[in-house]
Amino acid sequence: MNTNPTVDPVIEADNVDVFYGNFRAVTDVSMSFGINEITALIGPSGCGKSTLLRSLNRMNDLVDGARVTGTISFQGEDIYGPDVDAIEVRRRIGMVFQKPNPFPKSIYDNIAYGPRVTGMKPSSMDDLVEEALTKAALWDEVKDKLKQSAFGLSGGQQQRLCIARTIAVKPDVILMDEPCSALDPIATMRIEDLMVELKKDYTIIIVTHNMQQAARVADRTAFFTALADETTGNRTGVLVEYDTTTKIFEDPTDQRTEDYISGRFG
Amino acid sequence: MSTLTTEGGPATPGRPSALSSRSPRYGEKAVYAVLRSASLLTILITAGILVALAIPSIEFFQHVPVTDFLFGDRWAPRFADASFGVLPLVTATAWTTVIALSVAVPFGLGAAIFLSEYAHPKLRAVLKPILEILAGIPTVVYGYFALTFVQTTLFREWLQLDTDAFSVLAAGLVMGVMIIPTIASISEDAMSAVPQAMRQGSAALGANRMQTTVRVVFPAALSGIIAAVVLGISRAVGETMIVAIAAGQQARIVEGALEQGQTMTGFIANAALGDSRVGSLEYDTLFAVGLLLFLLTLLINWISIAVVRRFREAY
Ligand SMILES: Nc1ncnc2c1ncn2[C@@H]1O[C@H](COP(=O)(O)OP(=O)(O)O)[C@@H](O)[C@H]1O
Ligand SMILES: [Mg+2]
Repeated sequence: MNTNPTVDPVIEADNVDVFYGNFRAVTDVSMSFGINEITALIGPSGCGKSTLLRSLNRMNDLVDGARVTGTISFQGEDIYGPDVDAIEVRRRIGMVFQKPNPFPKSIYDNIAYGPRVTGMKPSSMDDLVEEALTKAALWDEVKDKLKQSAFGLSGGQQQRLCIARTIAVKPDVILMDEPCSALDPIATMRIEDLMVELKKDYTIIIVTHNMQQAARVADRTAFFTALADETTGNRTGVLVEYDTTTKIFEDPTDQRTEDYISGRFG
Repeated sequence: MSTLTTEGGPATPGRPSALSSRSPRYGEKAVYAVLRSASLLTILITAGILVALAIPSIEFFQHVPVTDFLFGDRWAPRFADASFGVLPLVTATAWTTVIALSVAVPFGLGAAIFLSEYAHPKLRAVLKPILEILAGIPTVVYGYFALTFVQTTLFREWLQLDTDAFSVLAAGLVMGVMIIPTIASISEDAMSAVPQAMRQGSAALGANRMQTTVRVVFPAALSGIIAAVVLGISRAVGETMIVAIAAGQQARIVEGALEQGQTMTGFIANAALGDSRVGSLEYDTLFAVGLLLFLLTLLINWISIAVVRRFREAY
């Protein structure tokens, strides 16, 4: 297995296991995520991609019984360390979900929500909102209806709103869990363009079911699969191969990776 | 009737056409009929109550001017120099209601927030049924608890408060306790119904649990929460047994929480127990007060609907 340490890792996972109660959903993952890169996590359903992603910003804390062992560090600091505030972790490492989940508030208030709750004191909230929406390539479409409910937007616009909302708190990393799976191809393309645009300023880690998507946007790709645990027989997610996207798609080292990307598996 | 059978299709009489239903579905039709008559019945009953209240009230207002009734400050329907100013009853109702709500709203919403947002699911599974049992205690039990323990033992003996046998405070506080489960249970349902994705989205932006609760869950659940509070207000305004037992029977303007007073419901309960002759002015008085109570409740409902329209953040 090639963990292919990146030049400048912003998040590093070391021998990470993730449990739900006694069930080990992810086993022994070690990998690092490079700054200003897009890293894609691919693999069959149930192999623990979302689980691993959620443990990178402590969203798993909200799941009853979820537990992480090993270390995950952000800019060199263990995010599960005793003095670490999970809330601060999530402010620095934001997350966009599979299904767009805007708040039932106005477009403006959706964007201003994060800055307000995290106590940011921007000199102008209006400017901050405009900047976030502009970066998320949504400003032109919504600038005349900022006070209207976010629920009036299309699915693709809602997902870009969720990205804008995340950007507004100025995180370093954005985690995305299948952000396009509920969207049509055009909306998907716009989000992909957006990701490529955003990686200049942010590190992006994306889970995707869509291998063309990984191939199109990701700098590096990690392939996971589910194996039967030696001791319990439960299926647990493992990292099979992690490398540059080109290498994974053109010349994978592991047979299982090759089977998966050529569609013979999962 | 041919429309109810599969026979008599236009093309081949005696055989069902391809698209006609395979069975007459009598069950479905019966259920529909039952449901429709149930909803009609509700409307009819409400209208009936209104008419039953209105007819004696009209009679009443032919003897007593509406303004004397609404703005008069002396309530003495049985005296020789009878006076029908309803304000004493209204002030007593207002005191008990406000006191009850100042207990029931904070504790009820607090309990709802705890159960929905903080309690472990296992704890919630135990606590919620207990709360709902509290709502089932007969009000006469609460009434005597208010009178014997709260007013007599607590206020008069322990705290040595300057109050006599009854007070709107004792009645109001205990009524508040009685209403807590109603408010807690309904608003907990409303908050639990807010999708988990909203909470996750908020947490992922760096909000803590309290911020998520106050800024996302609460507004999203607002219509249910307002409904819970309105039901609480309606119960407080309409509650009879506790006030009849513990608030007092003297109808006079209530100026302090430790005073006694007779509420609108307290008056109706007392007068209804008496021997007013059907058709007498005293008898009609009951209905005039009842009508006022009904209209007040209606008004509260309208206001709450307006509030919900204005502030709701529907998901
Ligand atoms: N909240 C949870 N509680 C218990 N088990 C879970 C939970 N979320 C996911 N799992 C389990 O963990 C495994 C990995 O799930 P997931 O991370 O969602 O996989 P993926 O995103 O790769 O499809 C699955 O077996 C799933 O059933
Ligand atoms: Mg997943």
